[in-house]
Amino acid sequence: MSAARPKLAVWKFASCDGCQLTLLDAEDHLIEIAGAIEIAYFPEASRGMVEGPYDLSLVEGSITTAHDAARIQEVRRVSDTLVTIGACATAGGIQALRNWGDVDEFLNVVYAHPEYIETLATSTPISDHVEVDFELRGCPISKHQLLEAIDAFLHRRKPNIPGHSVCVECKLRGTNCVMVAQRIPCMGPITQAGCGAICPAYERGCYGCFGPAESPNVASLAAWWGQMGVSDLDLVRALRTFNAYAPEFREASEAYERR
Amino acid sequence: MSDAEREIAVDYLARVEGEGAMYLKLRGDEVLDLRFKIFEPPRFFEAFLRGRRFSEAPDITARICGICPIAYQTSACNAMESAAGVRLTGGLRNLRRLIYCGEWIESHALHVFFLHAPDFLGYESAIAMASDYPEQVAMGLRIKKIGNAVMTLLGGREIHPINVRVGGFYRVPTERELEALVPDLEWARDAAVATTRWVSGLTFPDFERDYEYVALSHPDEYAIHDGRIVSNRGLDMAVEEWGEHFEESHVPWSNALHARRKDGGAYHLGPMARYSLNSRLLTPMARSAAAEAGLGPTCNNPFQSIVVRSVELVFACEEALRLIESYRRPPTPFLEVEPRAVTGHGASEAPRGTLYHRYEVDSDGFITEAHIVPPTSQNQLSIEEDLRAYVPGRSHLSDDELQWQLEQAIRCYDPCISCATHFLDLTVERE
Repeated sequence: MSAARPKLAVWKFASCDGCQLTLLDAEDHLIEIAGAIEIAYFPEASRGMVEGPYDLSLVEGSITTAHDAARIQEVRRVSDTLVTIGACATAGGIQALRNWGDVDEFLNVVYAHPEYIETLATSTPISDHVEVDFELRGCPISKHQLLEAIDAFLHRRKPNIPGHSVCVECKLRGTNCVMVAQRIPCMGPITQAGCGAICPAYERGCYGCFGPAESPNVASLAAWWGQMGVSDLDLVRALRTFNAYAPEFREASEAYERR
Repeated sequence: MSDAEREIAVDYLARVEGEGAMYLKLRGDEVLDLRFKIFEPPRFFEAFLRGRRFSEAPDITARICGICPIAYQTSACNAMESAAGVRLTGGLRNLRRLIYCGEWIESHALHVFFLHAPDFLGYESAIAMASDYPEQVAMGLRIKKIGNAVMTLLGGREIHPINVRVGGFYRVPTERELEALVPDLEWARDAAVATTRWVSGLTFPDFERDYEYVALSHPDEYAIHDGRIVSNRGLDMAVEEWGEHFEESHVPWSNALHARRKDGGAYHLGPMARYSLNSRLLTPMARSAAAEAGLGPTCNNPFQSIVVRSVELVFACEEALRLIESYRRPPTPFLEVEPRAVTGHGASEAPRGTLYHRYEVDSDGFITEAHIVPPTSQNQLSIEEDLRAYVPGRSHLSDDELQWQLEQAIRCYDPCISCATHFLDLTVERE
């Protein structure tokens, strides 16, 4: 049976390593996963690197260099199913803030010899470069959603990953609405569920780390926030964090910046 | 083989966090060229922090590293609080140190069992090791899980916790919520003692270096999040003076800046530095575990860092238990921090060494300049010097053996390349 185990590869592009660490953080399931799947390429965990092709590739990180733009094409070529994991891979990550800046100026701020550094002017999601079979949101991703996606892959079914907002999770968790009850600005109404609505349970507003929910009504949220005294520029900064370049957040932040 | 030039190249170093490579060119015992290359693409945190509010720094800088987000959040908070003249005391101070103990437990368990032990035992990975060492791998996973549980209770989740803010926390736990962690932490503490015993019996290459060790030091406790920066060569300075004693330079083969002492050269950060500077302040079981493992007051063999890291695991569990016992829920979850137009400096001991942040903030609370110096970028020179010193007398080894041992030498530092670039492809070439 072990000869027929599907082969898993874990790839890293520009990122913090947190999403691939989520796999190692599945402490109770790791040995079980390694029994069901051959962990063929996962440099963070093993110096043994089995050659492709791979049945399942998990891709972390965004594309920020010409070298990586070419490498993702190769990853796609050797992967049967390609799943992107986390805000960097699905939306460009926090490093996509460069997309509104001048990358040459950024280089000068950080490095004494910008000429040594090879970088693109933009940070873009994996789906801008290759066809992606499934996306897992979050900064970081949810362990439960990762295990669900791997299990779905093993059983050749569609992962059960809802697209509704964090508000639904607050209701399921029994958390009082922090925006209604405490007047704390919260991005929950426009943010995709998956984290388990952690922030409101800790008496803090959601900060959008799972990116836009299905059909987010940003204008309505902006009106609510406006009544609570949040300025347009504060709203723009709230939209421009870890999923800043996700289309719905991007368009909204640009619209409110122009106002 | 001894007179021929040869190259050893690792294009993508495994079991480290992030992307790096090593290139070594040898003739016999002579090292002709050596480069520890960091090709992790830069992400420009210091640039896009400009124009963000001071209160956003902990959540944004956490994203530099998924392995040690608490280190980033803590150094950022320390910087902003010191700029505003705010100091955490009482229960808030306990919680800031406790969540950091959780990160040490999680990160050290990951490194000891998953990233480093397989080198000593000849396995490609801990997963490959699991069939021969099932008890150890299961123990490592459970210790790691307990560290994560501390971070999840206090931080909301283990990776990029959401509950840390400048001035304290959004919500503080009750005494009873913390007490629920006690049985697992007691188990982890005893397991860490067993881990120290186990790893002290591994075989270590005969290799010692005379390092300048640098770490935070505090008069009353084994420093984690608070203290002065000291070294074994007489350095003793406030965190604010970092720029007077250290400098960074940019070399063509690395996307991470190299740090060095202004009046000297390489220095060494991390568990061995902390142990050598502060071991007198370890908790009782950690001290006896170190003595039983044969460690003296200092340790200069980088391969034994796995033993020191295990001693720190014992410490972090004992300290977490002490912090829980003395915890009284503070009356407010955070202290108000009013921004001022001033420069703030903050440092803390990430699992792999001192992490320094400096911010300039304007009177409206917006960041105008940010400077972040992660531990791995500071350890780069020391790593290169170790590799240079390790080769003489060992050039009879095959390329495969030499390469593996050099990789292992790099992994002694638990390098985090994602942090350092804000690293490892190994190439050894012999002439």
